[in-house]
Formats: sequence, C-alpha cells, structure tokens
Amino acid sequence: MPARPSPPAHRGRRFAPGPYLLIAPAVLGMLYLLLYPFGRALLISFQDFRLRELIKGDAEFVGLRNYQTLLGDPRFWDVVRRTFLFMAVNVVAIMILATLVALMTERLGKIGRTVVLSSLVLVWAVPVVAATTVFQWLFHSQFGIVNETLTDLGFDSFEEYTWFADGRAAFAILVVLIVWQSVPFAAITLYSALTTVPQELYESARLDGAGAARIFRSVTFPLVRPIFMLVVSLEVIWTFKAFVQIWVMTRGGPGDATTILPVYAVQTALANQRYDLGSAASMLTLLLMSGVLVLYFRQLFRQEGEHL
Amino acid sequence: MITTRRPASRRRLRRLPLHAAAALTVTVCLFPVYWMVSTAFRPSRDIQSYEPGLIPREWTLDHFRTAVQADGFALFWRNSVLVTLSAVLLALVVALAAAYAVARLRWRGRRQFMLAVFIAQMAPWESLVIPVYIISRDTNMLDRLPTLTLVYFMITLPFTVVVLRGFIAGIPPELEEAAQVDGCTRVGAFRRIAFPLLAPGLMATSLFGFITAWNEFTYANFLIIKQQDSRTLPVWLSSFQTTFGTDWGATMAASTLFALPALIVFLALQRHVTSGLTAGGVKG
Repeated sequence: MPARPSPPAHRGRRFAPGPYLLIAPAVLGMLYLLLYPFGRALLISFQDFRLRELIKGDAEFVGLRNYQTLLGDPRFWDVVRRTFLFMAVNVVAIMILATLVALMTERLGKIGRTVVLSSLVLVWAVPVVAATTVFQWLFHSQFGIVNETLTDLGFDSFEEYTWFADGRAAFAILVVLIVWQSVPFAAITLYSALTTVPQELYESARLDGAGAARIFRSVTFPLVRPIFMLVVSLEVIWTFKAFVQIWVMTRGGPGDATTILPVYAVQTALANQRYDLGSAASMLTLLLMSGVLVLYFRQLFRQEGEHL
Repeated sequence: MITTRRPASRRRLRRLPLHAAAALTVTVCLFPVYWMVSTAFRPSRDIQSYEPGLIPREWTLDHFRTAVQADGFALFWRNSVLVTLSAVLLALVVALAAAYAVARLRWRGRRQFMLAVFIAQMAPWESLVIPVYIISRDTNMLDRLPTLTLVYFMITLPFTVVVLRGFIAGIPPELEEAAQVDGCTRVGAFRRIAFPLLAPGLMATSLFGFITAWNEFTYANFLIIKQQDSRTLPVWLSSFQTTFGTDWGATMAASTLFALPALIVFLALQRHVTSGLTAGGVKG
C-alpha cells in the first residue's frame, strides 16, 4: 500500500519531538517488557542454563545443543503431534459450531436473538480458572452431574467413572471446555459479520432459484470470508498456546496425555529446572506458530489497511 | 397461485427446528454457569447425593461463608484489586498518549509503531513465562505485586492503544480546531473538548483491561512462589481444592465470587461486546 503523502504544511518543517514523547512510554514498555524477555529466552535457548546457572549466573554457550536434544527426543515429537491434534480438533469444532450458531442467531426474532447473544456473552465472561473448576465439578467421578445423568440414562459403566484418570477422556474434557469457552467470541464475531451482508443479495439469489445451501456457499460465505479467516487464525493461535485450562485441570497428565507444547515448556523449565530446554521448546513453539501468525497479520492488515 | 398467505401455525411449525436449536444453544451455554451457582447454594448433603435434582431443595449461604472466611481471602481480594487497578490505570495513561499521537499527529514511523502494537497484541505470553521468571529473579522482583502490575500493564496496553486510537479518530478534529481558534492550547482543546467525548470509550476499554488482568493466572502462579501473602484470586481459586478437599460447595461459592465481577462487567458492556469492539482483542 502506498504511504499517504504528508500534508504540504508539514513538509520542510523542523523535527517536532511531540509525537515521539507521547509514544515514548509505550515504546519503552514494549522494549523492556516484551522484546527484552524474548531476547533473553532466545539467548538462554543457546546456553547451558540450569539451577546452578540461575543462581550463579555464568551460563555457557553451547550452540544448538538444546535444540538437538529436543529434536532427538521422541517424547518431544509426541508432544508436537499432540499439540497439532489438540489444535485441529478444537479449531474445527469451534468454527463449525460458531458458524451454525451465527447463522441461527441471524434468523431468530428480536427476543430470541437477545437471549442467545446474552448467553454467549455470559459464557465469554466466565473467567478461565472459574470455568475450569466448574468443569472439574461437572465431571467429578462420584457426585458429578455428568456421571449421574449418564448412569440414569442407562450407561451403567459411567457410575463413578474417573474421567481424569484416562488420558483420552481427560483430553476430550479439555477439548469440550475450550470449545465451550471459545465458541462465543467466534459466533458473535461471525454474527456481526453476517449482519453486514446486504439483504438485497439474498433476495436476488432467491429469485434466481438458489437453495439455502447454495446461498450460503455463493453469497454469504464469500462476503464474510475475510472475517472468517481472521477468526480461524485467532482460534488456531489461541488453542495452540492453551495453557491455563490444562495446567489447572490436569498439569498435562495423566502421564503425558494432555501435555501440549506450552505445558511441556513450562514443565521442563520450572518444574525440572531445565530453563535452557524449556526456552528452546518455547522458541520452537513460536516457530511452528509463525506461519499462522503471518497469515493472521496479512488478514488483519488487509482489513485495517486503510486506517493504518 | 391461489394461497398466498400461509396459516400462522404452519409458519410456527416451520420455525420449530430453529427455535429448538436456539433453546439447545442457550441451555448448553448456561448450564455450567447455573450448575456452579446452584451448587454454591446447596447444603452439603444435597451436593453429596446421587440424585442431586436440577433445583436445590434447600438454599444455604454456608458455602459462601466458608469461602469468604477462608485463610487470606480478603488479602487476595485486595491484592487482585490493587494489581489490576494499577495495571489498567497505567495502561490507560500510556495508551492515551500514544493513541493521541497516532490518531491526531503526523510523524515519521507512525505506521511502524502501529505495526509493533499489533504484533505486541499477539505476544506469546505463554512462551515468555520462563525469561520473565528469570529476569524477575535476577532483579529481585519475584514474589512482589509490582512485577505482576508491570506484566498486566503490558498485556493490556496494545489492546488499549488500538481501541483508543479508534475512539479518538472518531471525534472530528474540527471541534478541537475550533477551540484552538477560540484561544485554547492544543492540550487544553483536547482536554476540554475531546476528553469528555472520549469518556465512555475510556470506560469500556479500561473495563476490558480490568477483566483481562483480573483473570490472569499463569504469571500470578509462577512469579509469586514463596510469598504466599502476595497471591491473587485466580491462583487462590486454583488451589482451593487442595485446601478444601471435597468441599465442592465452598469451591463453587469461591468460583462464583471470583467470576461475579467479570460477569457483571461483560453483561453491562454487552452492546460493546457484540458490536465487535473487541474483535481480536480480549480473550476472556
């Protein structure tokens, strides 16, 4: 995009410090609180940095050894595979449900729409730690409402079923939790995009004899596509680094069943005092995410471009 | 064509699947929240029964009493409020200055600055825990609330800049120019004319920042380790089960108390939430 020409009145005027003073605090904050920690993590990932170095502070450079250790560790590859599986399952479920909810909300009457939107906002507002605690209670083995309902429905094998002792079940509960928490944002954003589609387009498509599915494919979706892609990339990024729900609910267990990359990095660094390996794992996480991040920024700037 | 008007009952029947889907959506959304609140009000023997029933047979405030009287509840509440408020105020002041510069002034590097802000908004905070922990340890900032304030300030800053820039750009600059013609200084014009118009935006933005900081768990969990008195509510809640064992009534009462401020703020700001103010900004 071509840079906008600065107004002629400003051209050739001497350097004005005003704007730079105004942004200075924000820039300093970003430098010290974001760029510096990031640089430090990058540095540590090339060092031999354990508890001794943390206390004494004379870390040695070991080149790419940490990365070699990680990439040669089959457990790390299991974690990477699990991270992608976790992300894919979550994002697909979130986007399908959110699209359905958004389409449904658009068709509802005024009262129905208000009720649905209010419930979505309410779910969105529930703090992560509170939601995680509530889901632990819902799936409690002895008195949880889920087991009691399933038993009442005749699935006797669920009596006192310990969800969190089984890797697959714990993984599934985390997916349900994250989908439940993420659908409101996606659905509301898609719904606001849908409301911008001009009604005349639907009418003329209907006059041309298009069915509901055809209208969605040829009229609705192409128009909301930019917002849709923005939401997809945000959800990919958010689920890729889901940490709090997993840490509070399972700490990555049982075994390794719910350990995804961010959990693995923190476990390695702060629980096993291998700060070097943890930092290297964080850097690899960023590298894996960077593709989606680039996609997100391209979409964002295409949307925001004219305001920038 | 003979029949042009369909009977109302047929129309209602046709819309039945739609309304059924809406009812299902609302139920799935609200049930966990309802179950949290209703468990908090049930007597313990009702909670530990195999036939709990959807509506509590009796209501009690015992669990709220247990939660509020738990060790350090008042202290953690105060910590959370203190950290959150100072982070949001700091972010608001810093962001207001930056947003004004971006929205109203022309200078070299403006686009680059906004680019940096957008990138900062997607900062991988989960991946920065380790270096922030090490830096805080080196600078003797572990176990201290100001460390959390600084981190939360940085987490909320980019979003605040982006939103305030939008609000400021929405106020016609002619208003301020007119005030300047009438003898106001540039700062005075902004303060007297634009600032009052900006107040609702400032309010909404800071409330979203408040929620983000109020809910933050990871940094509060890993930067406050030895000094238990400096913990915040999310960390307290996450360890509630270890403290209270199987007392799920008290745990749900604590969750309800913790979630309440966020629920109130979001419902009050519903218009802003659904108008897409937050697109990409706030992850609850």
